[in-house]
Formats: sequence, C-alpha cells, structure tokens
Amino acid sequence: MPARSLWKMAASGAAVVLVAAGCSSDGTEDTETLPNSVVIGIAEPQHLIPSNTTETNGSQVLTSLFYPLVKFDAKNEPVEVAADSITSPDNKVWTVKLKDGFTFSNGEPVIADNYIDAWNYGAYGPNGQGASYFFERIDGYADLQSKDPDGDGPEKAPAPKSKTLRGLKKVDARTFTITLSAPFAGWKSVIGYTAFYPLPKAAFSAPGVIKEGFEEAIIGNGPFKLKGKWEHDSQIQVEKVADFKGAVPKVDAITWKIYQDTQAEYADLVTGNLDVQTQIPIESLGKASSDLGDRFQKSPNSAFAFVGFPTFQKEFAKPEVRRALSMAINRQEMTDQIFQGSQSPATSFVSPVVAGFRPDSCGANCEYNPVKAKQQYVAAGGPSSIEITYNADGGHKAWVDAMCNQIKSSLGVNCTGSAEPKFADMLTKVEKKQPVGLIRLGWIMDYPLMENYLGPLYSTNGSSNYYGYSNPAFDSLVAEGSAAKTNAEAIKKWQQAEDILVQDMPVLPLRFGQNVFGFSEKVDNVTVDLFQRVDIYKIEVATF
Amino acid sequence: MFRYLVRRLLQMVLTFFGATFIVYALTFANADDPIQALVGERPVSENVRRALTERYHLDDPFLVQYWYYVKGLLTGDLGRSLTGRKISEMMAQAWPVTIKLALIAIVISATVALIAGVVSGIRRGSIFDNVTLVLTLIVLALPIVVLAPLAQLVFGIQLGWFPPTAGRNPSVYALLLPAFVLGSLVVATQLRVTRASVAENLRADYVRTARAKGLARRRVIGVHVLRNSLIPVITLIGVDIGALMSGAIVTEGVFNIPGVGFNLLRGIRTEDGPLVVGFVSVLVIVFLVVNLIVDLLYAALDPRIRYE
Repeated sequence: MPARSLWKMAASGAAVVLVAAGCSSDGTEDTETLPNSVVIGIAEPQHLIPSNTTETNGSQVLTSLFYPLVKFDAKNEPVEVAADSITSPDNKVWTVKLKDGFTFSNGEPVIADNYIDAWNYGAYGPNGQGASYFFERIDGYADLQSKDPDGDGPEKAPAPKSKTLRGLKKVDARTFTITLSAPFAGWKSVIGYTAFYPLPKAAFSAPGVIKEGFEEAIIGNGPFKLKGKWEHDSQIQVEKVADFKGAVPKVDAITWKIYQDTQAEYADLVTGNLDVQTQIPIESLGKASSDLGDRFQKSPNSAFAFVGFPTFQKEFAKPEVRRALSMAINRQEMTDQIFQGSQSPATSFVSPVVAGFRPDSCGANCEYNPVKAKQQYVAAGGPSSIEITYNADGGHKAWVDAMCNQIKSSLGVNCTGSAEPKFADMLTKVEKKQPVGLIRLGWIMDYPLMENYLGPLYSTNGSSNYYGYSNPAFDSLVAEGSAAKTNAEAIKKWQQAEDILVQDMPVLPLRFGQNVFGFSEKVDNVTVDLFQRVDIYKIEVATF
Repeated sequence: MFRYLVRRLLQMVLTFFGATFIVYALTFANADDPIQALVGERPVSENVRRALTERYHLDDPFLVQYWYYVKGLLTGDLGRSLTGRKISEMMAQAWPVTIKLALIAIVISATVALIAGVVSGIRRGSIFDNVTLVLTLIVLALPIVVLAPLAQLVFGIQLGWFPPTAGRNPSVYALLLPAFVLGSLVVATQLRVTRASVAENLRADYVRTARAKGLARRRVIGVHVLRNSLIPVITLIGVDIGALMSGAIVTEGVFNIPGVGFNLLRGIRTEDGPLVVGFVSVLVIVFLVVNLIVDLLYAALDPRIRYE
C-alpha cells in the first residue's frame, strides 16, 4: 500500500471522529433559556410511582408533580391542603373530603376513586411497592398479602385473598372513608407521606395494573407537570400548570438535574451551573463557607444516628454497662471535629424535629463523664474489649475510630472498629446473632411523629430493631400512645415510653442530622425541609 | 484473508460467551443480597423482596439464571436492571456519549503521543526529549482518581476555562477537559513506545539504504521510519480502548457524564447483576472488534504480514 493512502486513512478517521463528535453538539441543555426557572440537584430517583418512592430524590421530584392531602406547618402539625377536611370521631374511621376544582395535569378532575385506586395498587403485595407498608394500618391490608408456602422459593406464593382494601370506601365523588384496623391518633400525619398521593385514571391500563411507560411520563395533581419525559441520569424538567387551584409556587419551571457524584454536583454549584444542592459533600464542607459565603446554610432534618447494643449478648445485657459506655463518649467533640458541625450531638431518643421531643431527655446518661463511666463500668463488670461494627461503604470509619479512642481513654478497655463491606452483610450477621459487638445504625423519619422513631427502632417487633431490645412496658406505652384520643395525650404516653429507654439504654444516641445546603446567587428563599427536600413553594429567582 | 476473517469471527463468538459466562459467574458470586444493596440501609419489606426475587429468578440456581440470561440475549432482550429500566434503553442512552468521549480522548492522546514521540525519537538526548520523558513520568505516576478531580478543580472551577461537568448531551467543548484527563491515562505509554520505535527504526538497515540512495530526510522519516514505527503504536492504541473504558468509570463519575462507566459504577455499587453483565457484554464485543481491526491494520501497514 503506498504511503499516501495511509495519510488518507488517518484523515478519513479523523473526519469520522469529528462528525461523531460534532453531530450532537447543538444538543446542549437549554435550561438557562427559560426565564424564572431554577435548577436543583438530585440523584437519579429509583422510582416515581408514589407508592414505590421511598427515597429522597424521587420524593423530592414528586413534591413538584403532586399536591398532598396534608402538609406540615412550622410546628410539624398536619394542615389540610388538597383535602377540604379530614375528620374522625374515634380515630378509627377517617373521612376525607377533597377540595373542589382540582385537576390532574391531563385535565382529569381529582376524585375519591383516584386515591382509592392508587392506594389499593400500593398495598397489593404482588405489586412489590416499596412503600406498601404505609398502608398496613388500613383495615384489610393482610388480605392483600400472601405468604410463600415454603419460605423461600421454589414454590410460588398463591395470589392474595383480595385485590382491594376493605378499609377504603367511596362515599361520593369527592368523599371517601378510611377505616383503620386499630385507632390511631396520628393518622392525619401519616397520610402526608409520598405514598398517599392519588393517581389519575390515565395511569391504569386495567384495574390494578399501571400502564407501561406511565412512570416515564407521570401525571400528577400538583402545581407542576412534566415537560417531556423523565430523562434518566440526566434531568427531569417540570413546568407550571396553568391556573392551578392550590398554592402557587413562585418559579415557572424547575429542572431537577441528576448527579451521581455529589462532588460533581458541588463543582456545578460553585460555578453557577446549578442553583441548589441540598447536601454538600463532607469533603467540601471545609471550603464551602469561603466558596458560597452566606449562601451556605444549615437547617435541621430528621436523621438520627446511633449505635445499637446487641442486648441478646451476655456482656451487654446489663443496662449499667450500656449506660457507662454512653457516658464514656464525648458526643460534642465527635460532631465538631469529624462532622465539622454539620451534625449536632444527640442526647435524646427521638429527633428534635418531632412534636414531643424533649432536649436532653437522656439526662446524665448521655453526658460525657469519664470518671463516673469507669466506676460504673468496672462495678457492672463490662467486657474488656469492645467491637463496633459498621458498613465500610458509608463513610463511617472516621467517627467509629474516634469513638473507639474515646472509649479506650475513658474506660481503659480495648476498642476496635470492624468494617463489613456493606450494610446487608452486617445485617446478615446480626440476624444470625453472631457476635459483632455494637452496631452502627441510622434512621430518617417517614412522618413527623415520635411514634415513627419509637415504634420501628425500639419496640419488640420494630422493623429496624436489629439489636433485639424488648421491654413489654415500653411496647404497651407506645401502643397506648398510638390509640390515644388526641395528639397531646399520645405525646404524653410516648414520652413515658422514652423515659423507659433512658433507663434501659438499648442504643447509644449519637448525632442528629442537619441539612447542609448551598445555593447560587440566582435564587433566593431556599429552605430545605426535614426530609432533605427543597421547598418548591418558597424558592424564587433573585431580583437584582 | 477471507478465511482468516471467518476464523476470527468464529473465535469471537466463543470468546463472547466465555467472557459473559465468567462475568456473570463473578457477579453472581459477589452479590450476597442485591435487593438489599438496591434499597441501601432500609429494611426491605417482604412483598418487595418476593416480587423482585420472582422477576429476576434470584432464588433459582446459578446455571438456570444464566440460561434465562442467554436466552434473553439470543432473542435480543437484554432484560431489565433491578430498578426496572430496560437495559437496552439504558445502553442506547449511555453509549453515544461514551463513544464520543473515548474518540476525543484517543484523538488527543494519539496526536500528542505521535508528534512528541517522533520528535523525541529523532532528537534523542535533546532538551525536548528529556522534558517529555520527565513529563510522561509525572503523568504515569498520577492515578486518574487524583487527576480527574484536580483537573476539574483547577480548570473547571478556579480558572473557569471549561464547564466543570458535562451532562447527557455535552458539546465537544464540554468534553475536552474529561477527554484530556482520560487521554492522559494512555498518552505516556503511547509516547514512549513511539519514541523507542522511531529510535530503533532510525538505525535499521532499510533506513540506511534509503539515506544512501539520497532520499530527502522528510521522506525517509515520513515514509520509511514512521510507517514501520506505527505498528506497535497502533496495537497499543487498540489495547488502550480497554484502559479508556476503565478510566471512564472514574472520569464519567467526576464529570457527571451518564455514559457506560457511570452505569457500570452504579451497577457494581448496587450489585445490579443484569446491568453489569449487560454493559460488560457490549464492552467485550467492543474489545473483540477493535482487536480484529488492529490485526487487519497490521497487514495494511506492513507488507511482510499477510494473513492466510
């Protein structure tokens, strides 16, 4: 082959590259061209069907597409929004009246059936919806589930007894009743959760079957509607619905820009390509205040970090040992030095964001007192070495090591942090009751009630009680609170339950979370709520 | 030549199934609980677990699962990721941007490596040669996990020359910075191979002959030296495509480019077997095709190599 053709080959190769590279260079994001719009960073949502959305990103997007039955006011009390009234004479049968004139963004009026259909879909076991346990309290939930006959495959589970919840009844077009299997005073707070949004008729291709592709172009009853489709891994754009009947946001459009890496998101925030980042990565916290000035802010959220005692193990069976360990650690030092003030020390068993929270309810047991801790520890015969197990993929090593050092110097016992690759590995060991020592855990609430901390975390059958704590007196107080007539009465019971925890110390409360967020010069009035979501009704484009 | 091609294609089919089997087996061996990994640190409710287990045949033995997978593959169905998205759709979205990034990276690195390598090779021991050698040492020593965020910080945030992230439909300009970072992975070795190869060929008999014939220096270097020096470099560029793909896992994460590397990283993080195997299968095909092209290019470059 003559030499000339070699160069020709190279030239044509280069041409191919240029064509390939240039062919879509005009397809850059057109987000800046929209006036009065903002760009908010999220991670790729797992799902957008409300009853399958349990993580922050999906629920953040849904806040713009849907209008909830209730929202939460400054005191975290539920206030009717899409509902005209939600009443119950006995906390068992609840009547929901919907406001008139609301429509889905495709024009369908919002009626009682939309709620009943959506909730039935969410609760039906075989649909495998992530948030289906929220419907547990509704009468008839058990009939929508089925058990695998031989525990774990190969035989298939039979179809559940029923496809619809017995507890949901339509009264008229805009009224329906919810019957609970047991009275629950806090129910009005529960239905503020994402899982309780309605779905339009257009969502279903047959009764109880969601149309293929509906999730990609989801239709809601909220102030915004989807512009185009969900562009996976890239962005979700929403624009205002014309003459929306409810509260009207101040911006005309929102682009939910999707990031996989929070540091990349931070880079875009600093350069002004992004307007809001709700959680600044811990690596960037040090320079955030110089990068952003007073656009770097903090607000409380519902996260609660703690370490659980394997109460089923002999060494940790005595409450005195657990109390001594709690006094041996300096929570303030840990939050200041490792989290640089992005979290605050926890000295209670529920988060400060819920009604009924009392600061320092843990009292002397959560105060740093190495001398007393050591006396008590020796007297109670605590183990001579402590192990704290954590999952290595969650960035917990630094503070676990710090906590171990504190335990070592306070109590003079050996302490090691031991990493499991993933949270699931840790859980498997805990479930098999292998001796893994103390276990690192965390909790973010689903709805703002004390019960949402007490029930799952500390009651005998709690969904996240991995450390086997069980106290019948505690269980019955939580249940009595749930059945109470009023919220005030409920809180009283729940506080009594919390006092039992102070004596028993099944876990070491460590830290309460905070939103550490930042925003660009383009936007104003940015608030991040307890669920780490930007308030889309308050945010506005700054005027200069 | 034709028979060679057919033989190679048959080999490719075997390699493809062998490779996917191994990847599938490794993913399977590694995944202890993909459903738990998917939802993170929350407890998975019983009905979700059952629905997903049934959908992905997770409680069947490994070989049965692999059989379902191959069956899907042969009927053109790559299946769904554990989040329920069609993998074929995810690929259709991910590949264009990764190809674009890799091509720009290859063009940048090959241009730099060839020009600097040839000059260094001709003027061995000069200041230029020594400086490039030191520079390549530095680039070789810098892992991409350091280089990518550093480049983003300096050129994207502080100097503001490039946008710090690229996104789904980036302009060529937005891709330049990540492409430079990605290209830096391979440029040093390419440059050094070019330099050594040129230096060696300059001493070859046919070059002495060409010079003795009184050919112009440009022609000696341009045709006789360069063409023969390119053979190892082209092999290297072919192999480098693999290095670029693994580098893309980091680069695409840092620059927020939702391409192949980005999806692979997510798949590995969430133990999403179908997703990982799907993307890796296509990567295997890419490798095989590139290697075939490289082998065929040999023949074009060196008349001494002819396939029968």
